Amino acid sequence: MTAAAEGSRPFVAPRARSSRLLQSEAFQGFALISPPFLYALVLLAVPILIVIAHSFWTQNYLTIDRTFTLEQYRIALTEPIYRDLLFRSLYISLVVSITTVVLAYPIAYYISFHGGQHKSLWLFLITIPFWTSYLLRVMSWKVILGYGGVLNSGLMELGIINEPLTSLLYNSNAVIITLTHAWAAFAILPIYVSLEKVDRSLIEAATDLGDGPFRRFLRVTLPLTLPGVISAILIVMIPTVGDFVTPKLVGGKDGVMIANAIQAQFGKAANWPLGAALSVTTLIIVSAMAGITVLIIRTAARFAR
Amino acid sequence: MRTLRRLLANWLPAYAFLYIAFLYLPVLLLPIFSINTAASPRFPLSGYTLKWYADLPKTPALIDATENSLIVGVAAAILATILGICAARAVTRYRFPGQRAVSGLIMAPLVLPEVIVAIALLIVLLQLGLSLSLFTVVLGHVLICVPYSVSVLISGFEGFDRSLEEASADLGETALGTFRRVTLPMVMPAIISSLLVSFTISLDEFIMAFFLTGTEATLPIYIWGQLRFAAKLPGVLALGTLLLFGSFILLTFAEILRRRAERRTRMTGAALA
Amino acid sequence: MIEIADVTRSYGAFKALDNASLTIREGEFFSLLGPSGCGKTTLLRMIAGFDQPTTGTISIDGQPMDGIPANRRPTNMVFQSYAIFPHLNVEKNVAYGLKRLRLDPKEERRRVDEALAQVSLTGLGRRGGHELSGGQRQRVALARALVMRPKVLLLDEPLSALDKKLREQMQVELRSLQQAVGITFVLVTHDQYEALGMSDRIAVMFGGKIAQIAKPKEIYQRPVNRQVADFLGGMNFVKAEIVEENGASITVETSGFGRVTTDKPQAFVRNGKGATLGIRPERLRVLWEGESSKFEVGGKVVDRHYFGEITHLIVDVPGLEKPLSVSETNDFGADDIPVGAPIRLGYDPDALVAMAD
Repeated sequence: MTAAAEGSRPFVAPRARSSRLLQSEAFQGFALISPPFLYALVLLAVPILIVIAHSFWTQNYLTIDRTFTLEQYRIALTEPIYRDLLFRSLYISLVVSITTVVLAYPIAYYISFHGGQHKSLWLFLITIPFWTSYLLRVMSWKVILGYGGVLNSGLMELGIINEPLTSLLYNSNAVIITLTHAWAAFAILPIYVSLEKVDRSLIEAATDLGDGPFRRFLRVTLPLTLPGVISAILIVMIPTVGDFVTPKLVGGKDGVMIANAIQAQFGKAANWPLGAALSVTTLIIVSAMAGITVLIIRTAARFAR
Repeated sequence: MRTLRRLLANWLPAYAFLYIAFLYLPVLLLPIFSINTAASPRFPLSGYTLKWYADLPKTPALIDATENSLIVGVAAAILATILGICAARAVTRYRFPGQRAVSGLIMAPLVLPEVIVAIALLIVLLQLGLSLSLFTVVLGHVLICVPYSVSVLISGFEGFDRSLEEASADLGETALGTFRRVTLPMVMPAIISSLLVSFTISLDEFIMAFFLTGTEATLPIYIWGQLRFAAKLPGVLALGTLLLFGSFILLTFAEILRRRAERRTRMTGAALA
Repeated sequence: MIEIADVTRSYGAFKALDNASLTIREGEFFSLLGPSGCGKTTLLRMIAGFDQPTTGTISIDGQPMDGIPANRRPTNMVFQSYAIFPHLNVEKNVAYGLKRLRLDPKEERRRVDEALAQVSLTGLGRRGGHELSGGQRQRVALARALVMRPKVLLLDEPLSALDKKLREQMQVELRSLQQAVGITFVLVTHDQYEALGMSDRIAVMFGGKIAQIAKPKEIYQRPVNRQVADFLGGMNFVKAEIVEENGASITVETSGFGRVTTDKPQAFVRNGKGATLGIRPERLRVLWEGESSKFEVGGKVVDRHYFGEITHLIVDVPGLEKPLSVSETNDFGADDIPVGAPIRLGYDPDALVAMAD
């Protein structure tokens, strides 16, 4: 009866045994992870490399001219329309991620520290709104923020304003509000997970040593949950910059984002190389912005100590 | 002054309440306006009707889109979970060189803008000469579902005593037998979670489907098409409400299943964390 | 029947086991004793097959175990965490390893019942794996291993998770179980009383090396060096110089105890001219008014601690650099001796142990 288990090879000299064992574990681990790894390699890594390649080419109607050129990047970085879109998208990304995380942290804190036995129920409750179609949620915000919409008619009924506010819809503000809502659960979960990992006796020790609730939070809880906060920021910041649905539905002319331009290049405008260059530029710049944000947060945290 | 201090001390529950209201506000509008007689959503409601719901089954395009979404969702969930099991087990039980780079690549879709991932995949598929269809949508969905599947399954694999597998081997079981008789039952709660998370993500996923589908539409694409027509809005809201209740029932049922499996295997932790 | 020959287990530069050799006899209750990190669990896991030696060989019944995976070895293990499958009930847990043997259902049933009876768990067959107390889980783990009729049963700190009373009860039960079943038991523990109470022989380990292998009495009364002596109960150490050494005895010169001749421990290895003389606190006897002894030392009581059954006295003796620790039962009033009083201590020269430095 042959054994399928590890290590069932013929006797080898003692000295070679340790390398055989190591090779066995590493080899098996690698073999096991190769299906998902190869999948991501072929369907993610290679395509992105191809996109990067496209960004150095030009499109002549239906054919792609493969001579190396930086023309697309010149257009992407110097054309005012793209520059404006890029800056606005980065601005929206930054504001949305900060707002979402700042608003999400207290609720995550509440569930973790005051949820008691019903923690998973609370989490369940938090995620229910996100089982509706994303598109419909954005539509709902359109309804809420519109000229004749819920917020305006409500405020007018209450007498707080006389005329409907026009600054709520079809601009960047609408996009920001909608996205802050859309990303809420994605921000709450990583923060919640890192809050759960905080050893409660550390907070008790801080209290014992004289810290009030605010200082306790600043000196113990916040630093310990920093990894969760950083995850949340990254999860929100980088994908936001690639959203073209929200700007299209509630952004109007003022809220158009770079993703709309990118999508157009792969749709009607049919200029793949430009689209590729825009994508690469956006990706690099937003990653840099994310990196700087994380750095700022980490340094600020060190000072707070 | 004292009331102010007490207010500050108790602000957290009030905040929680307001935040939950904020989360639910847009969602509550869906059922409310889906029974409104007028096509445009304004307060006050002009009347109550169920006609928008009645019209739904009569729309063949909607039925087709629902079918397609279900096919894609189930396929993506199963495939993403299988790949997730491989990755999660490899990461939690083995050490191999380049582990961080490999996991980084697998988890990358979480922090990449979907539009870029979608067009990258689109370019490659077109260059390979593949025609766009539900199959290509599944390929895209699996890519973005795997990171969630892996997260859920890693906590599943980490949550049980490693010596259980050693005990099985000690009692004579082969590696495959140990996996079948011990490991699989123990991570079943996480597997159920992974299937559900992936299915839910796929069901609602728009951007990848938008770029990668051929002639067959998924539900989100159908909805997107309908949103151009103001008159069709209530119908879409009715659909959305049904989706909401459907997901609620499905996920509640699954959570019950998961909790029961968890009690048998004595693992702790929320399903989604 | 278990032969461990020059086994080393290294992780890079760190050696968890350093050239360990020992032989475990058939039917023996053998303990590996030592502080955490000494390599005892590493050695046990290598016998079980969950780890491989870097160099050296482990053989069971003459057959080398190299390349033989854990699931094909004639050993079974009781894990420290017991590793009871929570998703199976007690019966299915115990029958787990039997499934592959494809026994007749009646025969399988019989063996499971027999094993449960051996560990006094008859009737708990249907209880869920996750519904058991610590003590019950331990018995299920035992039954599950014994039902396989292994040649060797390996136990990894099986009693450390239990509370004191239960632990003491289980020690007695494990010993009688081993004698009833008759197979070789190898136990890993850091608790010296456990090892002393249950074993036929003990191997004391420190830092990956085996310091001494002997019967419990020999290890306790004739420890080979200070480390071993210190690990098994308290001991007074007195600096000594070797005057004469021959086959079975050794003579040393000390200040305080004078010149002493005593048996040489079997494993004594001379290391220069220095040695240490040891005497256990309970072997120093308080000499009351009118009592005398051929061998005695005198001093002054500097401290006294009451422990219910016994009292510890700390006695300063001229010539000794450290005071002596004396442990005396309280039936004659040791707990009443005032601090500062002069005291005479009697001892049996047999109780003196010469240890290599």
